[in-house]
Amino acid sequence: MLTEPAATELDAEISGLDSLDLAGAPRASFGRRLWSSAWPKLLAIAIFLAIWQLVFWSGWKPSYALPSPSSVFTRLNSEWSTIIDGAALTMRRALIGFGIAIAIGSVIGALVSRSRVLRSAIGSMITGLQTMPSVAWFPAAILLFKLSEGAILFVVVIGAAPAVANGLIGGVDHVPPLLVRAGHVLGARRFGLFRFIVAPAALPAYVSGLKQGWAFAWRSLMAGELLVAVPGALTLGQQLQVNESLNDATGIYAIMVVIFVIGVLVDTVIFGNLERFIQRRYGLAAAND
Amino acid sequence: MALPWASSARRIDDEIVLAPDVPAVRIDSVSKVFGHAPHAVHALDAVSLTVQPGEFVCLLGASGCGKSTLLNLLVGLDQPSAGTLEVNGRVTLMFQESALFPWLTVFGNVDLALRLRGIPKGERKAEVERLLEVVHLRGFEKKRPHQLSGGMRQRVALARALAQDADVLLMDEPFGALDAMTRDFLHEELERLVQERHLTVVFVTHNVREAVRLGDRVVLLSSRPGRVTAEFPVDIPRPRRIETPEVGVLSTEISQRLRAEVRRHRTDDIHAD
Repeated sequence: MLTEPAATELDAEISGLDSLDLAGAPRASFGRRLWSSAWPKLLAIAIFLAIWQLVFWSGWKPSYALPSPSSVFTRLNSEWSTIIDGAALTMRRALIGFGIAIAIGSVIGALVSRSRVLRSAIGSMITGLQTMPSVAWFPAAILLFKLSEGAILFVVVIGAAPAVANGLIGGVDHVPPLLVRAGHVLGARRFGLFRFIVAPAALPAYVSGLKQGWAFAWRSLMAGELLVAVPGALTLGQQLQVNESLNDATGIYAIMVVIFVIGVLVDTVIFGNLERFIQRRYGLAAAND
Repeated sequence: MALPWASSARRIDDEIVLAPDVPAVRIDSVSKVFGHAPHAVHALDAVSLTVQPGEFVCLLGASGCGKSTLLNLLVGLDQPSAGTLEVNGRVTLMFQESALFPWLTVFGNVDLALRLRGIPKGERKAEVERLLEVVHLRGFEKKRPHQLSGGMRQRVALARALAQDADVLLMDEPFGALDAMTRDFLHEELERLVQERHLTVVFVTHNVREAVRLGDRVVLLSSRPGRVTAEFPVDIPRPRRIETPEVGVLSTEISQRLRAEVRRHRTDDIHAD
């Protein structure tokens, strides 16, 4: 047994060492972090618009092929409510399709990652599906579902689900064996092992899969809306299609700006932040970024 | 097998639930072979070892002595090829890396051990706090493993192991990756904990001084295949320090045996462990 003073001394030594070990740079304030991540993006947008304007002024293409940025943004402003309605319809399709893709992809991913037979049977097929351009599915989708919402949803799901499944499979495959052993030592078995150890360990890769799945879903959806006109639904893709048939350049570019902005917002605001949050929690990224 | 040191096992008193004549760990002619002939690797060859309740045994050996294999067998992560193992009481294993779960806070890591033991939620919070107090980590509950130093992580791992309320603590080079000063502190902390809680410890290391500083008994294992070749009772009074002169003297003696053991292998061909 240690004597009392010796024990107190040890306590002091240990906590002294702890505070020496932990001394690190304090985290920057929220405003500062927001600004430091925002200004490069704002600068990039400004440079892009400047180049666009310069190309327009150079007269490289006539204005019916390449309108000026200001005319496009004026158009965007005047048709704002139509565009917003179209965007809402499109986002609804995107969310439904992506939601189904997450459900199917997660179930298939979970099954394949747990079963050796399933893996050798369809593991490589999932990757194969992922590399297949989703536009190639449309002829078959139209045969199966006619020119309907169903055809579009089918392609969105089949485009996004493999990425979600692969994210989960990859995540489960790369769970550090040491953590599984540790879970085993703590008494976790089978479902408990999956729930408490494997699933949380696979989460970062799964979220990357979701992000990739979203990108596939969004692309498939745009292709679908251009190819498959569902009567009465003036979605973003259909507005783009209509503007094209009317040779309406400012309309085409205005819709493209909206499609781009939605893509960037979902990717950076939702998935980018989710990924960063997880990486910081898991200690996969520096705490100060 | 006669055990001359069995009677000298310390800390046998009323607080030990097990009867003194029931060993905490009994390893009887255990062998472990990986792979199949002709590429079979004999990790352990007829290893026998008995550890008394409350005894602190250090297993010492060079690479390839099957130390980690033996611990995996004891904790049930693997099965022996031959022989029998018996552990009386709850057993847990601490790894060289802390093996903390990075998605959980310090609190969450210790809490999960209690949860997997089936402790109801209402009782867990106070118990986690008590355990973190034991390893001097109160106030760090909300930190995540990557925010801690290596020594602090190992203390969380120790708290997690204690949360399992184990009678037998197996340790696989738990301080091997730490700097010398942190290791000294952790030696003292472990010594104190083991005494307070009457833990039985099987501690694997390749550091001779560490083995002598901590152990009641140092067991020397040969390499490829792992066999028990010598045992050294350590009759140095506690608390000890790594710089205690007697620790140095015994370490020198054991080192010589270990070196002789390693020399035997100079002409042997090299297999993977």
